[in-house]
Amino acid sequence: MSGMSKIVKTISNIIFPFITIFGLYVIAHGHLTPGGGFQGGAIVASGCAMILVAYGSLWTMDKIKEKQLSILESLGAIGFIGVAFLGLIFGLVFFKNFLVNQDTIPIFNEIGKGLSNINTAGVLPLMNFAVGLKVIVGLFVIVLVMAYATRPNGGEIE
Amino acid sequence: MIYNIPYFAVVALILVGLYAVIFKRNLIKIVIGISLIESGVNLFLITLAYRQDSTAPIYHGSGSRIMSLPVPHALTLTSIVIGVAVTALMLSLIIHLYRHYGTLDARKIAEEEE
Amino acid sequence: MNLETVITHSPALIVAVPLLGAFLTPFIGKISDKVRNVFVILTVGLTFFLVYLLASDVFANGIRIYVFGGDSSVIVSGESTFAIRILFEVDGMNAFMAIIASILAIASVIYSWAYMKENTGLDKFYTLILLLIAGMFGMILTGDLFNFFVFLEITSIASCALIAFWTNKGKSVDAGFKYIVISSIGALFVLFAIGILYSQYNALNMAVLANSIQYTFLDKIALGLLVAGLAMKAGIVPMHMWLPDAYGKAPSTVTLILIGATQTSIYGVLRVTFTLYGNQLTSTLKQIGNTSVTMNWILGIIIVALALITIVIGVLMALKQTDFKRMIAFAAVGEIGYIFLAIGSVIISYGQIIANGNMDLTGPAGMALQGGIFHIINDALDIGLLFLVAGAIYYSTKQTSLNEMGGLARNMKYTTVFFIIGLLAVAGMPPMNGFASKLLIYQSTYLVNPIIAIVAIVFSILLLAVFVKVFHSAFLGPKLQKFKDVKEAPKSMLIAMGVITFIIIVFGLFPNLVVENIIQPAAKAIIDHSSYITTVMGGVLP
Repeated sequence: MSGMSKIVKTISNIIFPFITIFGLYVIAHGHLTPGGGFQGGAIVASGCAMILVAYGSLWTMDKIKEKQLSILESLGAIGFIGVAFLGLIFGLVFFKNFLVNQDTIPIFNEIGKGLSNINTAGVLPLMNFAVGLKVIVGLFVIVLVMAYATRPNGGEIE
Repeated sequence: MIYNIPYFAVVALILVGLYAVIFKRNLIKIVIGISLIESGVNLFLITLAYRQDSTAPIYHGSGSRIMSLPVPHALTLTSIVIGVAVTALMLSLIIHLYRHYGTLDARKIAEEEE
Repeated sequence: MNLETVITHSPALIVAVPLLGAFLTPFIGKISDKVRNVFVILTVGLTFFLVYLLASDVFANGIRIYVFGGDSSVIVSGESTFAIRILFEVDGMNAFMAIIASILAIASVIYSWAYMKENTGLDKFYTLILLLIAGMFGMILTGDLFNFFVFLEITSIASCALIAFWTNKGKSVDAGFKYIVISSIGALFVLFAIGILYSQYNALNMAVLANSIQYTFLDKIALGLLVAGLAMKAGIVPMHMWLPDAYGKAPSTVTLILIGATQTSIYGVLRVTFTLYGNQLTSTLKQIGNTSVTMNWILGIIIVALALITIVIGVLMALKQTDFKRMIAFAAVGEIGYIFLAIGSVIISYGQIIANGNMDLTGPAGMALQGGIFHIINDALDIGLLFLVAGAIYYSTKQTSLNEMGGLARNMKYTTVFFIIGLLAVAGMPPMNGFASKLLIYQSTYLVNPIIAIVAIVFSILLLAVFVKVFHSAFLGPKLQKFKDVKEAPKSMLIAMGVITFIIIVFGLFPNLVVENIIQPAAKAIIDHSSYITTVMGGVLP
């Protein structure tokens, strides 16, 4: 499908960084305020979908190769499982939160309400980042491929 | 009595969704029906978590009120994620079906022989 | 890293190793195709080895628990204990289902080396197969109800994408769409029932729920919704419409693992009925005169009635099909009816097993339970072998319709032999394994009501007639001109079929060994719900 007018493209260029920053904030503070991996990822993905609607699926498919996005998605998934396996190696139980209540890396040891810092919950923010990356890329690829497949003449993927 | 209204809404949503899945022939309407059933079940899970005069289950420094149960909120979030994945999958299958058969009518697709 | 630590961590590793393999497959696929295939087979082989270790330990030593992210399964505060962590609990029944799933998984991955060779997009195919295997093992091994629901949804999404894999044919995509609609409605019913149970008892753990369940009105609704949702995924009439399409139009590799996913739903029904509601299964509903109408009587009658209708419809519809794979799929519907017939008979006569407090497995109810559980593994192996043969014929001749085939026995000798063995096993002829389990089912249902056993025997003979007709028209007969240079199936397909045939013959020749070592621990474990509870709660029953 073709893009929209110049006014729409300009406004979506201006708004897109704000949406991305807000989404990344929701991902990063998932262990303190409502939010987390999936919610923040959905916010950033809807920002990317706004860019897709404003510029048209043909232009976006030329600029972004779908194969590179698949690599990013797999990296997010491997990050999640890798952290779980690290819990097995360092903490003797699968999925264990091995960065909390320990003395070798004391930077992760602050726990408690009232301190809204990222390093207060051990392994949880790392898993949030991995899930957030996977959700951003995954939802964006779904919308991109569907928009490309329903363009007016033809519609063959890859 | 006023605290029972969400349960009536749940039953109404699920019944309308089941009617749409069973009796409608357009494929997109079947997908909308499944989405309605999901919304009904999610609403049911969140309504179970409410206690009277309770606030959100987040720690903040001031005061202490009763908090509503946090576990059903986590269950509902998982269910919403699963619903997104299932809806995306169903819509992709509908795109393939439309490209192959040229129609969105479920009964016409069932009668075709390849 | 000695063997003891591996066995301790194996419930988590059995689910985590296919998951990690699924996410690493796109990277390894960029190197070459052969390396990716070898990597997938190695991953499934490692899982099979871990299942064998875990099963031999559980059959010898008893129930094992694995707690995620913590040290102990209960948290004691004051004098009350809470079991709030997600845990995997493996007893005899779980180990038995894990053995079935791993045999099917490794046979299908070996089969797919040659069967899917000319298709594109095989990276995504193998990723989805490993995800499906991980979801199936998660459903089998878990001890937490919501965890069961999540893995159930993972399995249905992955298998729907695999059923619709051949997107150039419209019928496959239509079959996948029907499958995901029915599967998603069933799973939402299960989630609704989990919500009802959580709101009453404030626990999601199966052992804690089994301990504290009382039989209120809401619990009856929850039981009905749970059994209905899981039966929708297992394929009982009247919700069997997706089975012939999904089994018939999918690639044969996928059908084999899909059979495993269907059996796991049957395991879900067993777990809910016997362990979760185990204490209340003989509670009285009404008193009519002198006799008391108990819950197990009503539930058992409903299940037996539906199972009989399933057998009748399955076999009769199989008679009039002309498509090879669809006919085998309808036979699969009939076999699921047999399993539910045995389960229904056990539920009706539940009082005899737990008479006087100790478990008595030699009476008719115990025989029915052993027959039903034995038939789960026999049905999976027999129907799986028939689907692999149908896939081999499709690969060599590109035909699926019975009207066009003929005289294939001259070219495909090994495939013919495998088909004969599968035919005898499905129909329940000695010396195959189908005979042993069907004999147990006939004996035990005769004691409940003679008419049920007669119907079951008659339709089993009809099934033999169906398949003899298929054998005659497809394999015997004069050689057709268009099949002149049809070759035998490739070696990897023959290896997969040979493995399953070997297990069928071994089970058929030594049924006593199998029943003593594998089936009886499973049957004892599913009845014995009190030790399931006390293993989690650490002996403290609040």
